[in-house]
Amino acid sequence: MIDHSIDKNGVRVVNKKRPVNLDIATISMPVTAIVSILHRVTGVILFVGLAFLFYAFDLSLDSQEGFDQVVNALQTSFIAKFIIWGVVSALMYHFVAGIKHLFMDIGYFEELESGQMAAKANLVIAAILILVVGVWIW
Amino acid sequence: MVTQITSFGRSGLYDWMVQRVSAIVLSLYTVFILGYLVMNPELTYDQWSALFEATWMRIFTLMTLLSIGVHSWIGLWSISTDYLKATGVRFFFQSLCGLAMFVYITWGIQVLWGL
Repeated sequence: MIDHSIDKNGVRVVNKKRPVNLDIATISMPVTAIVSILHRVTGVILFVGLAFLFYAFDLSLDSQEGFDQVVNALQTSFIAKFIIWGVVSALMYHFVAGIKHLFMDIGYFEELESGQMAAKANLVIAAILILVVGVWIW
Repeated sequence: MVTQITSFGRSGLYDWMVQRVSAIVLSLYTVFILGYLVMNPELTYDQWSALFEATWMRIFTLMTLLSIGVHSWIGLWSISTDYLKATGVRFFFQSLCGLAMFVYITWGIQVLWGL
């Protein structure tokens, strides 16, 4: 329930002093909350992972040698494969959760049942994409 | 209560909209690049560099770089205002994020229009 108060001009405004609890340790985590926090976590991972993507992007366009180095690393190095898989997996999850978010913006999946269903679908679709990306890389 | 002073557009509604517009650019670029790589398993350097020499691709990529900047700013701003309550710590975190975004955008422009 949203708290309202009346300001000095007699306009009803949302009370900005309403209590907020963002302590993750004390919040119960239903599937919808897990999907939401993973959207944030993958966003942070992507921001850090971008450094690797920019590095590979730079090297791949620098010269024929640089391009070969990137291709070679992605074909032979376990660490390079693992990093790119991790970053692309975060991207896949963030992408699916973002699309779910856009659907919610236009009014879908807002009820308890449909919201939980969409959250579960989000997890399943992202897991499938992450597996497919893994197969593609290895 | 954390104030709005460091939000991207100084208005929640504006940030809300920018976040969605940039998200659409980023998702189109993601689909394009992944699709391109999947459809060109034998990609060569000449093909790859020709792609990024095309004007439309430079426009699309620059648009994506700027979208990365605003999208990650709004996202990390939201996260930091939720979890980092001490003003100094939050300011430090947001400064680091801002610096990293600036580096990413500049780096990307340099790769695209490199010497």
